[in-house]
Amino acid sequence: MPNPIEAAASATPRAVARRIRGLSDRTIAWLFVAPTIFLLLAINIFPLIWTVRLSFTNFAANKPNAEVKWVGLRNYIRILTDDGIWANMQTTAHFLLWTLFFQVVLGFTLAWLINRKFKGNDLLTTLIVLPMMLSPAVVGNFWTFLYQPQIGLVNYVVEVVTGTPASSFSMLGPGGLAKWSIVIVDTWMWTPFVMLICLAGLRSIPDYIYEAAEVDRASKWRQFWTLTVPMVLPFLMLAVLFRGIENFKMFDMVVLLTGGGPGNETLLASIDLKREAFEKWRTGYSSAYAIILFVTVFGLASIYVKALNKVKER
Amino acid sequence: MSKFINGLFRLRRGPWEALATALIALGVFMLMQPFALALYTWSFLVTLAGTVMFIIVSHFPE
Repeated sequence: MPNPIEAAASATPRAVARRIRGLSDRTIAWLFVAPTIFLLLAINIFPLIWTVRLSFTNFAANKPNAEVKWVGLRNYIRILTDDGIWANMQTTAHFLLWTLFFQVVLGFTLAWLINRKFKGNDLLTTLIVLPMMLSPAVVGNFWTFLYQPQIGLVNYVVEVVTGTPASSFSMLGPGGLAKWSIVIVDTWMWTPFVMLICLAGLRSIPDYIYEAAEVDRASKWRQFWTLTVPMVLPFLMLAVLFRGIENFKMFDMVVLLTGGGPGNETLLASIDLKREAFEKWRTGYSSAYAIILFVTVFGLASIYVKALNKVKER
Repeated sequence: MSKFINGLFRLRRGPWEALATALIALGVFMLMQPFALALYTWSFLVTLAGTVMFIIVSHFPE
């Protein structure tokens, strides 16, 4: 059987082989890494630097020939003194905190229950994971139907259970329920993701640890708090990091469900940013807006990764 | 507490990272709190200071 390295070497065209002969390992390593670094610079770093630059100007992308003026910190000052954007930040915080809370509680509970051995375990896991596999556009559209006051299943169930007439309230309309409606849909869709990650954590705990705890006569409650929770915590934190970043920039599902309404009740920062950038075409202003959101997410992610590393070191 | 202050003077990573983390957390809270517009106005500066500080001090010795 031929040596695979020799086979690969013989497959290299002679002209190429002649050219790379004599190159150091370090140079060859750089040759392999260079395309990735180039792509990273072109797709991530350059646009970021360009956005920072644009945030100090009055540039409008729909007027490419107009004179671009340097406006200093004016865009930042406008954003950071705007009542409307302040309200959007609070809406984003409401959405972020409640979705994370429900997804962590429900995801961990589901994982804990699914981790037990019972008949139909695999089928149930597959069924629970289904919402996560759907497109946010599909989810947004069919939950709009479920929330319909006249024909929607949600209003019908509320009427049957509480006696409140179905057409007397709207989950997506005025009345303060819209904020909670988007939390419910996101929780429904993404709890399975948190569950899967927690399940991976639970299944990584070796049985002998529980056996040793049994020998020491530790109660189930104590086993749960001193073994299960600390060992699943790094996985749970990872899930929260992913969901936190994802929900901070949540856009598609909420746009399809409420479009930011009623009024501005569900207008998340990301939706507002898109409107400023691509409907009002205030590119400089929206660049400053994007930088503010970026710094916030970056700062949060930094401390979160540090906390995650500390938990893993324990 | 004196250990913390000592660490700050001797440019140790631990206390400086803790300080940067506190700044970031404070900045994010200020950005999203519903109580005072003035806090919201200054939130970005606090978060930015914390984030830049975090990047710098994470290169300090343990």
